[in-house]
Amino acid sequence: MGFAAFAAERRAEILALTAEHVVLVLVATTIAVAIGLPLGIALTRSPRLARPVLALTSVAQTIPSLALFGFLIPLPFIGGVGARSAIVALALYALLPILRNTYTGLLQVDRAVLEAATGMGMTAGQRLRMVELPLALPVILAGVRVATVVAVGTATIAAAIGAGGLGTYVFRGLATVDTRLILAGAIPAAVLALAADALLGALERARRPGRGAAWLAAAVAAALALALATSALRGGREPGRRPVVVGSKNFTEQVVLGEILAALLEARGFEVRRRLNLGGTTLCDAALRAGQVDLYVEYTGTALTEILKRPAQRDPARVYAEAAEAYAAVGVRVGEPLGFDNSYALVVRRGEAESRGWRRISDLAPDAGGLRVGLFGEFLEREDGMPGLLRAYGLRFGRPPIEMDLGLLYQALAGGQVDLVVGSATDGLIAALDLVVLEDDRRYFPPYDAVPVMNAASLGAHPGLEDAVRALGGRIDAATMRRLNHAVDGEHRPAAAVAREFLRGAELVQD
Amino acid sequence: MPVLELREVRKRYASGTLALDGVSLAVEEARVLVLLGTSGSGKTTALKTMNGLVTPDAGEVFVLGREVRAWDPIALRRRIGYVIQEAGLLPHLSVAANVELVPRLLGWPADRRRARTRELLGLVGLPPDRYGAAMPAQLSGGERQRVGLARALGADPPLLLMDEPFGALDPLTRRRLQDEFKELQQRLGKTVVLVTHDVPEALRLAHQVAVMDLGRVVQRGTPENVRERPEPGFVADFVRAALP
Repeated sequence: MGFAAFAAERRAEILALTAEHVVLVLVATTIAVAIGLPLGIALTRSPRLARPVLALTSVAQTIPSLALFGFLIPLPFIGGVGARSAIVALALYALLPILRNTYTGLLQVDRAVLEAATGMGMTAGQRLRMVELPLALPVILAGVRVATVVAVGTATIAAAIGAGGLGTYVFRGLATVDTRLILAGAIPAAVLALAADALLGALERARRPGRGAAWLAAAVAAALALALATSALRGGREPGRRPVVVGSKNFTEQVVLGEILAALLEARGFEVRRRLNLGGTTLCDAALRAGQVDLYVEYTGTALTEILKRPAQRDPARVYAEAAEAYAAVGVRVGEPLGFDNSYALVVRRGEAESRGWRRISDLAPDAGGLRVGLFGEFLEREDGMPGLLRAYGLRFGRPPIEMDLGLLYQALAGGQVDLVVGSATDGLIAALDLVVLEDDRRYFPPYDAVPVMNAASLGAHPGLEDAVRALGGRIDAATMRRLNHAVDGEHRPAAAVAREFLRGAELVQD
Repeated sequence: MPVLELREVRKRYASGTLALDGVSLAVEEARVLVLLGTSGSGKTTALKTMNGLVTPDAGEVFVLGREVRAWDPIALRRRIGYVIQEAGLLPHLSVAANVELVPRLLGWPADRRRARTRELLGLVGLPPDRYGAAMPAQLSGGERQRVGLARALGADPPLLLMDEPFGALDPLTRRRLQDEFKELQQRLGKTVVLVTHDVPEALRLAHQVAVMDLGRVVQRGTPENVRERPEPGFVADFVRAALP
């Protein structure tokens, strides 16, 4: 299916995501204006504060969004998983250009004009309203324009924290290596950015920008009121009980497992909310502990070393027991293993593996100096990651590894941009792209058994939830998981459909 | 009783410059007082003490019968017309909106403001239908200065303060505006304090001239007085250099 047909088929969903995206940007930019404009005015009145406040805002802008989300998830009122955290982060990023332009715009107003205004008998408030703001308006609008256009781009990251928007397609597309999905997210986002730029640019150049700005502000207010009203209506229709929130990390297997959990629970009568594609282990864990997500699938090795900061273990049963015990102390219950071990895997192109005789990881040692390695950021930092791997096998790579999104790694490997990637053993793309996994002959990687992890307090609030999840125990083996992953990555089928099909096939749900 | 009076006014700026070093002045009703001096002589500072844009360190300033500190500064400024070089028009407002600014601040109803604006534009020789909607940037220097004068007259203030009002104009326009100003002043009977560094302008427009140098008034008198009997020293040099 070509892109045009694909986009036509998904028209309704693309429109809905675009609307979500617009609302995120509008709310965030409105908040940034509501804070930045008065703050900018205040700074011109107390110049001693100006430098530290502007510096602080600049620093806020350099905080990477995922790190910011990590801070925001546990916070009450402004945090959590979903639109609120995304809006707070976007507003924070939008604040600097608005604040700085308000400040400099006001300072640039001709002093002679100001003195004439004072000499005519204007009060400070009249001077601000009738002279300073109108004269600074083009500069202030330029700041709003930059902030808005940047926010349209940055808002794609909102998908990493379950806030929706066009980033949902971009991330899903990256996770499943589906270019059409990426484009279906990226093209509307680009169009939105250009439209916002053109609209605000025209306003900036208008002969009477004040009147245009007033109209625009009224239109934005009306749009926001409408969006709020519809979401309130939607909220009003929901029954009193909180839905069960299912989370997942941002790669194919996690999304498929999230859909399986969600569909299973729905079939058992639970109301379910999906918070899939969250941006990484740390985010998922923070959300789980904060009760923003009720359950997701974690891997025992990851849980033990990365989340619970315990030393790595080799014995699967001990890893499980120790993780379950440490989790219990922080209010998280571990369910039965699903039945497969998603260990790390060193993956190479089949052709090269055959010609150079690589079958096991230890075969790499003589060639390691010339290899380009691709991996995702997490692996560099983990207790069971890169440094230990190098020690265990005595490997010395000639150049620093290239960090990439998990979804892009296999493409880069198949395309010859890197020679070796660190992936996971159940990746569907391994078969789809004719790649091979090198055997972990020194048993370096600890076990990564997939287990549902659940917020203990939520289990109390949803009777029967734990039993419902237990039905999945031991039902997904590695071959099944690889097949499901490939159905999404290789055959480009929607994860939700693949999940439903699996549940029916395994007779976990009736038709 | 004078409409405006300065008594022994002193002002030192934060930079350390002594701008006014004991200045005393007075203007009677419907008269024109010209403060004449080189740049840095303190004449603009003296003018700004009269509408509270500059607060003196010592001495007293009486305006319309009351000491400046006893006035609410906003109310005071709305009773004084203020004209500055290049007119200080608000660049984002039309000519009409500039002229009706002070009436608007005073809360006049719209139709009264509109009528007043037409009257004033006519008074300064700008047909309201042609100029009312124009923006300041579209006007010539002379036209802008006329608008500035019309704006200062907006609420019919008894007192006008003018800081180098004809300073940025070509000689021909300057001369014509001076003549028109003189005629208008006599017709309306406004009390005026005008600051200039131009000796012929001072002598042409003033009823009283106060020559300033280094923050002091060094000679006070009628134009004839200053022209015929300048004080030896600075005034004599200044006047002789300017007049053939």
